[in-house]
Amino acid sequence: MSWTAIIVLAIGVYAMKAAGPLLFAGRSLPERWEGVATMVAVPLLAALVVTQTVTAGHHFVLDARLPALGVAAAAVALRFPFLVVVLLGGGTCALLRLLF
Amino acid sequence: MVRSRPQIQATDKVAGRAVAIGVATGVYGLSFGALATAAGVSTAKAVALSALVFTGATQIAVIGVIAGGGGMVSAVANGLVVAMRHLAYGVAVSPLLPDRRPARLLAAHVIIDESTAMGTGAPTRDEGRRAFLLTGASVFVFWNLATFAGAELSRAVASPHALGLDAMFPAAFLALLAPQLRQRRAPAVAAAGALIATLLIPVAPAGIPVLASVAALVLVLRERAS
Repeated sequence: MSWTAIIVLAIGVYAMKAAGPLLFAGRSLPERWEGVATMVAVPLLAALVVTQTVTAGHHFVLDARLPALGVAAAAVALRFPFLVVVLLGGGTCALLRLLF
Repeated sequence: MVRSRPQIQATDKVAGRAVAIGVATGVYGLSFGALATAAGVSTAKAVALSALVFTGATQIAVIGVIAGGGGMVSAVANGLVVAMRHLAYGVAVSPLLPDRRPARLLAAHVIIDESTAMGTGAPTRDEGRRAFLLTGASVFVFWNLATFAGAELSRAVASPHALGLDAMFPAAFLALLAPQLRQRRAPAVAAAGALIATLLIPVAPAGIPVLASVAALVLVLRERAS
């Protein structure tokens, strides 16, 4: 992670935050675009779940991460707090790697 | 995190809630710090991300791409796309920000999920102003302290692989995704995004399959246009 990347990100994200207060004061986004703006993270997060679970570089790799995701999904369904979900995912994976 | 319309009566109640949300977000910040370390990002850079970028899901997406071997350009592009909802937040909280330009510019930095939810959920504009600023400031403090602590604590750990730190990423993304699936059409968009990424994994450079998944948004765009 380079400092340039951090600065570009910081400027880009701040520009998005400040655009509304500076340019759109007293107005609102067209309804169609508001829907897209709030939905935009959904496909990205779903894609990140898939790629982080079953790939290593360009290849599909099935390992302890898949059952770990299953446990994390159960924790999400049971509405466990964020940190608990993350720790259960990591913990399951670590346990499986220790055992097998 | 708090989506319900809060019944706030007094300033101390607003402040109490703001601190509670800050602490809860701090717990999430511990995960971010640990994930940054697992991705090979230094503590200084992890804290710089938290202080300067200051949007949890975006930060985690960026280091997720880096952990997956993606290039810096696709990591930044992914982060910026995840951050796009802040455009809508900025419009929504615009009336709650201070009127004077310097204060307004400073307050814009703390436009995040939590401060937007608390500010727009308050019963009056005055309380909305206080709730927005107090929540934003509280989350900022706890988020940065927790990033530092999480990064340093996990650095003390010997083998990230043996501890399953790589499995913490998909778990974190799933936990971020779940509440968003309540939006109409969101499950279909999520499924389409996952499918696009899966098809591209064998053929595209790391980072691109995730970025390309935003094409799934046509499902929403076309519907709203018709």
